[in-house]
Amino acid sequence: MTSIRVTETPLVTYVLRRADDALVLGHRLSEWCGKAPMMEEEMALANMGLDLIGQARALYTYAGEAEAAGHDEDALAYRRDERAYRNLLLVEQPNGDFAVTMVRQLLYAAYADPYWRAMMSSRDATLAAIAAKAEKETAYHLRHSAEWVVRLGDGTPESHERTARALMTLWPYTGELFETDAVDDAMIEAGIAVDPASLRDTWRATVADVLGRATLTMPADGYMQKGGRSGRHSEHLGHLLTELQYMQRTIPGATW
Amino acid sequence: MYTQGLASGVDTNERQLEDAALLQRFQERIDAEERIEPNDWMPEAYRRTLVRQISQHAHSEIIGMQPEGNWITRAPSLRRKAALLAKVQDECGHGLYLYAAAETLGVAREEMVDQLLAGKAKYSSIFNYPTLTWADIGAIGWLVDGAAIMNQIPLCRCSYGPYARAMIRVCKEESFHQRQGYEIMLTLCRGTAEQKEMAQDALNRWWWPCLMMFGPPDSASQHTDTSTRWKIKRFTNDELRRKFVDATVPQAHFLGLTVPDPELRFDEATGHWVHGAIDWDEFKQVVAGNGPCNTQRLERRRRTEQDGAWVRAAARAFAEKEKSHRNAAAAA
Ligand SMILES: [Fe+2]
Ligand SMILES: [Fe+2]
Ligand SMILES: [Fe+2]
Repeated sequence: MTSIRVTETPLVTYVLRRADDALVLGHRLSEWCGKAPMMEEEMALANMGLDLIGQARALYTYAGEAEAAGHDEDALAYRRDERAYRNLLLVEQPNGDFAVTMVRQLLYAAYADPYWRAMMSSRDATLAAIAAKAEKETAYHLRHSAEWVVRLGDGTPESHERTARALMTLWPYTGELFETDAVDDAMIEAGIAVDPASLRDTWRATVADVLGRATLTMPADGYMQKGGRSGRHSEHLGHLLTELQYMQRTIPGATW
Repeated sequence: MYTQGLASGVDTNERQLEDAALLQRFQERIDAEERIEPNDWMPEAYRRTLVRQISQHAHSEIIGMQPEGNWITRAPSLRRKAALLAKVQDECGHGLYLYAAAETLGVAREEMVDQLLAGKAKYSSIFNYPTLTWADIGAIGWLVDGAAIMNQIPLCRCSYGPYARAMIRVCKEESFHQRQGYEIMLTLCRGTAEQKEMAQDALNRWWWPCLMMFGPPDSASQHTDTSTRWKIKRFTNDELRRKFVDATVPQAHFLGLTVPDPELRFDEATGHWVHGAIDWDEFKQVVAGNGPCNTQRLERRRRTEQDGAWVRAAARAFAEKEKSHRNAAAAA
């Protein structure tokens, strides 16, 4: 089916970006199903994936309402191509080994947890309500991924090595968490969004604490990758969307 | 059903050695519908039969995650994606409760999992069939979870307490899965011609393997006697199969689908549906390891174990360090 065209007001774009973060990361976690290193972790990865997909659904529904062009959650998730997706590059990075997945989760949750907490006092009542639920969920994701990063970092030489490597691989995608553009400025101005710059110290402190306990060194900030927010993605996202959108594209316009 | 490969477990010599009085008391308790608990005396063969049955059931839940997991990343809507992920997570939870129930009989989960990975333990034959389209997810919920319920509802009254209690919890979730699967089928059948065709195709492929889930016909099954006397099994394979067919055929008709059995007919005299001959050769082949996905399913499980080995080693090493830190702190 042909892709939809979304009329992106600042609010629509702002909400879509968060929805895409949640869906893409939730999808990545769902790829672990049946492959987790232990059955208890199978349950935990599914829990986190379900939380994120739930957040995505609420956010897409709201983006659709804000756009008022009749696009529901599925139209927005299944009928935009990769150039229209607005998620962070960090969340689309492949699962890799369990260390990559847990480090990715930590780096995201250490940002998302204070982000949603701050968003609870957004002037936008819908976003504030979504934030209240998302904050509780993200607090658990942060705790869970932090525990694993500590265990892996301070586990065996092999797990330490793998976790250190994961950290190096993913670090260049952390700069984008704090990027802002005209959309963010407008939303911050309106009291709808929080300024990500205000979350930076909290994020660094959280990550530094976990890495310290994990006997890992925080990488230096080198050149940072960006582009996700404006639809310039890594090659990975197209494959993810090809799989995600397969049925809706194969039998267009059907009810499922 | 999840235990079709069960072989006869009673060794006569062994039984003679056991105290006849204890045995009689045990049977009296069973006859009085009392629950046997982990610390109660039980015949060795009872314990062995249960370990085999419960662990096979647990393995089935875990292997069963694969065919459905195959569609999580391709589910056609966000609602379906979340529901499917949650369902597969439930199945993993069932596996965990069941391993825990088996552990009350004195066997460790690791040991049971090792047997599965070594190809020495059985799991339900149904999970050796591939999920080729989205409609297979509907068909599995409707038919496979439906067949599981038929088998597991009587197990809620199984004489062994921990198994019976696990089944009560599991059955609630399986009925939810069954309704969800049927609802997927209903949506497809009310959808486009292509969707309905997909639903019919799924029924065509899953119908016969689902009838096989109840195990060999009563005429060919050797182990029902002891299991029945011990109230582990309360209905024969054929009885359960008939209940399933009676419940399912009208549901297929309501969907507007054709059951792929030209000999299927309603017998006015007995009030039951009568199905055509089951291809027991196919069943034997699948149980023997020659089903379309046997190799793939076990390979995948083994690879998952291997890939996770370093993570489990790290968790153990970390726990050890924590323990020695705590001990050092306590000593200081
Ligand atoms: Fe189950
Ligand atoms: Fe089951
Ligand atoms: Fe189920």
